[in-house]
Amino acid sequence: MTEPVVPETVPTSIDLRREYEEAGIGEVFRQLDSELVGLAPVKQRIQETAARLLVERARRKLGLTDEPPTLHMSFTGNPGTGKTTVALRMADLLHRLGLIRRGHLVTVTRDDLVGQYIGHTAPKTKEVLKRAMGGVLFIDEAYYLYRPENERDYGQEAIEILLQVMENQRGDLVVILAGYGDRMERFFESNPGFRSRIAHHIDFPDYADDELLQIAELMLAKSHYKLSGHGRAALAKYIEQRRRQPHFANARSIRNALDRARLRQANRLFETSDGPIDAIALSTIEAADILASRVFAIAGQDQKVAQ
Amino acid sequence: MRITQGAFSFLPDLTDQQIAAQIDYCLGKGWAVNIEFTDDPHPRNTYWEMWGHPMFDIKDAAGVMLELQACRKAYGDRYIRLSAFDASHGWESIRLSFIVNRPKSEDGFMLEREEGAGRRIRYRTRAYATDRPEGARYD
Repeated sequence: MTEPVVPETVPTSIDLRREYEEAGIGEVFRQLDSELVGLAPVKQRIQETAARLLVERARRKLGLTDEPPTLHMSFTGNPGTGKTTVALRMADLLHRLGLIRRGHLVTVTRDDLVGQYIGHTAPKTKEVLKRAMGGVLFIDEAYYLYRPENERDYGQEAIEILLQVMENQRGDLVVILAGYGDRMERFFESNPGFRSRIAHHIDFPDYADDELLQIAELMLAKSHYKLSGHGRAALAKYIEQRRRQPHFANARSIRNALDRARLRQANRLFETSDGPIDAIALSTIEAADILASRVFAIAGQDQKVAQ
Repeated sequence: MRITQGAFSFLPDLTDQQIAAQIDYCLGKGWAVNIEFTDDPHPRNTYWEMWGHPMFDIKDAAGVMLELQACRKAYGDRYIRLSAFDASHGWESIRLSFIVNRPKSEDGFMLEREEGAGRRIRYRTRAYATDRPEGARYD
């Protein structure tokens, strides 16, 4: 129905550096660098991916290929390692490269895709796909889509619709699957269709202790709080202890810890204040606010048991 | 007889690419696009069936085109139109409406004249299609 568009003049050479500047990719990377602490391997992979897509785009411009590149990705890593944030930047990057038309990110989990009774799943999945058209569909904890223990699970239906759209409408939509590394691996093993349609795998490493401390300070600075000297030392100890306990979720655990510390700080100020207090007191997190955490109590108990 | 309702109806039928471009224009204005179908072509028939809900949170024409293909698959033998709703002044009002699918053969209309008292004549138009029951009009 639609005739292939033949460009009037096919250029004979392309300046990659200028393409890079014109697409504004450098800006995305600067933003990535300033927003995300650490994650060097991830940034490296994104840079490589961007370079590859830039070359691919140049090749298309020269008429060397006209297949739309496969852009579907999988982000694997522990919780709280910045997968969603990177997905947001990735959508921006793909939009700047002209590979997707809109550049918005639609984040969904199993609940948004899979229905509860027969005939409920397909409309739900299609609804989500419709919203994501022209942008990036980010499926968090994608392995939940497939439940091998329940053969009447409707997840399979959602998977089939997804695979079909991922194959047939590559130009309209980019799908990013995210989840823990080992469980995603098992998910791909039981759904080989996904593995073959995903071109880019990016692995998110855990944050180191000092990176988490840096993240904590960034988070506090964003809401105009700061750590006192002792508070900083206490938080470093807290991170060390928290990591050994179950359900550790990297930056997310830190954010929750800071929320609770702010609660305790408010309480402390309220109970100890007997006169006017200044802005510095209102915005400083002291060691006591952090040391009151349950994490230290549990760690203490463990030590007693060990002794 | 080719019916002419809504915008672009004196032009040749729009291609999918042109339809998508119109949808993109509507989305760019912040309008919600809706798909409707009917097999009663009378111009005063305002009760077209809705194909799902109006699509309020779509960012790109590809999403609407997906629904349009599905509607064509189910009701390819009927009239299908797209309408765009503008809610910027607090209530939904139609800004653009055009036909995107027609039956293979359009039977046209019968013009009936009815003689009244004196030399009065009342005119009535009736689509031939509506002689047959709903759902079997364009088989």
